[in-house]
Amino acid sequence: MIELNEADRALVTGVRGPAAAFAMNLLVRYGEALGAGHFIDIAQAHVDGVILHGQADLDFVEHIARLGGRVAVPTTLNVGSMDLIHPELFRGAPATGAAGARLMRLHEEIGCVPTFTCAPYQTLFRPRRGADIAWGESNAIAFANSVIGARTDRYGDFTDLAAALTGRVPYAGLHVPENRTGEVLFNLPPEVAEWPGDALAVAVGALVGARAGSAVPVIAGLPVLGEDDLKALGAVAASSGAVALFHVVGVTPEAPDLATALGGGEPRETVRVSAGDLDAALAALSTVGEGAELGAVALGTPHFSLAEFGRLMPLIAGFAPASGVALYVNTGRETHAALAERGWLAAIEATGFTVVVDTCTYVTAVMRDFSGAVMTNSGKWAHYAPANLGVDVAFGSLQACLMSAATGRVTRRRQ
Amino acid sequence: MKFAGRTLVEGEGRGPLAVLEPLSLWGGLDSATGRVIERSHAAFGVSLAGTVLAMPVGRGSSSSSSVLAEAIRLGTAPAAIVLSEPDPILVIGALVASALYGRACPVVVLSPADHARLALAASATVAAGRDGASVITP
Repeated sequence: MIELNEADRALVTGVRGPAAAFAMNLLVRYGEALGAGHFIDIAQAHVDGVILHGQADLDFVEHIARLGGRVAVPTTLNVGSMDLIHPELFRGAPATGAAGARLMRLHEEIGCVPTFTCAPYQTLFRPRRGADIAWGESNAIAFANSVIGARTDRYGDFTDLAAALTGRVPYAGLHVPENRTGEVLFNLPPEVAEWPGDALAVAVGALVGARAGSAVPVIAGLPVLGEDDLKALGAVAASSGAVALFHVVGVTPEAPDLATALGGGEPRETVRVSAGDLDAALAALSTVGEGAELGAVALGTPHFSLAEFGRLMPLIAGFAPASGVALYVNTGRETHAALAERGWLAAIEATGFTVVVDTCTYVTAVMRDFSGAVMTNSGKWAHYAPANLGVDVAFGSLQACLMSAATGRVTRRRQ
Repeated sequence: MKFAGRTLVEGEGRGPLAVLEPLSLWGGLDSATGRVIERSHAAFGVSLAGTVLAMPVGRGSSSSSSVLAEAIRLGTAPAAIVLSEPDPILVIGALVASALYGRACPVVVLSPADHARLALAASATVAAGRDGASVITP
């Protein structure tokens, strides 16, 4: 049995309202299934259940709203099924779109902040190191744990909102320091120093995810990468595997050195990675090869940050896509507003980009009909889109994506 | 035979036994039909609707909670789920559906040895109460 303190019992018995009681009773059973001994406070929550899988998702939040539920901690929202800023972009059935929008509005009504982004760590709600938080969305979980050093287990449908309504979570999983030490060591080859950072991050993430599964990987020999590269690494590692925490020796906060990353122990397994392994991991993210006809470019999975737009800006000077190539980039509302303020939004749209806000091109029907493959600089997009959207995909760096868009064919090497 | 187990979610259910390797319901189960849709899974195409689903543990995405709740709502879910280790994601899906729709899909845990013995049966009846669960085979 999980131990309840006085505040927990007050939640269970409805002293803080029937919605909080409903949520706490779910968390008690969840905690018992996890084998947790007690509950802890959380500083904030990020709710992934705002994307519509079925009627049950709507019924759940409607039930909570009817009971008068309000979130008890600052709570951000993940991407929804609709771009509420540009609803005209939605190309699915009107009833599906309306239900998706309703689910998003309902979360706002119970007090969640309408961030609608999968990169909440790049908003004003970035958690602090060491804070216990309850986050959904696999890439956000990986980033918060690994790059920031905040502590979240893998929350998701129903549990993320239940945590937000109570401010409590079972003390289990990655909240427990002993569960955060590295288990599988990946030694990278010296050749990685010559790789461009963005492609290297995705290659390493794809390989580590596939090999580590849900274990905690430790990556040694990676050159210092920027925050957006670590974000790309975590996103693909959480897609090709179930990585929720990774350590990069000398880079991430809980891995100042190898011994600390491993908690003073030995790794369960050591993987010697060759340059060929990394090439193969990248190649596996593409379903078409060099020269394939291109129909679209999809950027911004996870949501593009202002810094990533800053890298895009010089590349679009004098750039025009070949005819028939559609350009998409996903971002959050906060970044979208900052783009408009800087005058960048108009320039990006003038180039032909559709800027998608509040949602993402691989989770909902926003991309128009096109023929040809889709090129992306996102390992996560490349991993999911072939099954989700039924498209062919080619992975390439940001620069290769734009070069390919200009020629209308997958072009990774300059002629 | 009668096996004693641990209750994760209360309720009663009976049906033909469906013995599966771990399956992620998200991306693996079509809640509209109750069929396994993961192409690489050995049970691809099998309907789990109304079965007593015996698998060691669930696998994968936390969105599996939502898929299970939706299947229970639509009446395409298993009649009961028998695991050999606790799976918090399936627990949440079954609990939410029970609260919202008043439809029980009991979730119970047997020891790995009993779970292996159960897998030889053709059908089972699951009764999961507060104090413990029983799984009975003809």
